[in-house]
Amino acid sequence: MPENCIYIARSSAIAARALAGEMMVMNSADSTFFTLNEVATAIFQAADGRTPLREIVRDHICEQFDVDPDQAQADAEQFVTELSSHGILLVSNQPLASEAPR
Amino acid sequence: MAAPRKVACVEIGGIPIALSTCDEGFLDLLRQRYDGFLSYSSPEFELQFDLTDPRPVSDDDVRVRREGDDWLIERGDFQARWDSRIGRGSVRQNANPYSLDSVLRILHSLILAERGGFLLHAASTICNGRAYLFSGVSGAGKTTMTRLAPAGITLLTDEISYLRPSADGYAAFGTPFTGELARVGENCAAPVSALFFLEKGPENRIDELPSAEAVRRLMRNILFFAEDHRLVEKLLATACDFVARVPIRRLTFYPDARVWDLVQNFDCNFDRNLARNSEGVPVHA
Repeated sequence: MPENCIYIARSSAIAARALAGEMMVMNSADSTFFTLNEVATAIFQAADGRTPLREIVRDHICEQFDVDPDQAQADAEQFVTELSSHGILLVSNQPLASEAPR
Repeated sequence: MAAPRKVACVEIGGIPIALSTCDEGFLDLLRQRYDGFLSYSSPEFELQFDLTDPRPVSDDDVRVRREGDDWLIERGDFQARWDSRIGRGSVRQNANPYSLDSVLRILHSLILAERGGFLLHAASTICNGRAYLFSGVSGAGKTTMTRLAPAGITLLTDEISYLRPSADGYAAFGTPFTGELARVGENCAAPVSALFFLEKGPENRIDELPSAEAVRRLMRNILFFAEDHRLVEKLLATACDFVARVPIRRLTFYPDARVWDLVQNFDCNFDRNLARNSEGVPVHA
């Protein structure tokens, strides 16, 4: 899948809560629990199903954090792959309807 | 004509539930098992028991799921249906006390989740009018802590702590659900002073836990079985609220009675540290 065509959306099967600057995410189907760091939280919150991942990385990561764009993109793709494997994020090469309220 | 039902009202955590059965022997079992938690309060909820042929207690995972407006609670040794809108349900199980305990624990976990409380895999005690909770993985020392407790300390439970929100934080209630100690908790309650996650070590010390780590450990030890997105969201919100309102620490302890000096002085040290540093500092033995 070309990297500029990746769209991500939050699953409706998750519960999420911000605490002390970190985002806690729980999959209600299997009770797996994740704590997201600041960068991962920015990606998670921007996962509206309409904005390509590359734009999310450019606007929400490179703009706010002092990171190399290529490295940021690679890290974001790895993060997205991991969370999608646990049903936290939905991934597609087409725009998606975000299932969960922010 | 069906035999008349007889009722025992069992009040755990301030929530009276009428348990009814046609079987005299099962009623006796109920009364004996929950002696100390029997109540004359007007029941908020009602659970009818119908006995089946004996079946061994199941090692299967329990399933708790929605079917229309009802909750279905199923394991190899029991099936229950619970309508939370009217607060009534029915259970089919044999006269096994362990199945009975499981059904009651699950029912309380559902009721508590709606009310901002939860059951925690933790021992709890009252010391000087304040409740202290001790949680951790199996073998971390929950039963050891209760065994080491000095005279004058009230045991609320050595296995399943019962927590409800209160005006100034959370309150811990005694439960009849026993663990390795096989000693029923006292039927009383106290405001929660602290939750300690236990680890055995060469010395006694108390360390801070970052909030996210505290939530992670808390969620891992909450007894919750329902496959229901709304309740999971509510439970996560409750866990975050608990972490924000109750001091949560890692307690490394050498298993002798001196660890209780540290626990009993925790409030004094906590207050002093708060006064000295608004962000708090670790308290060491």
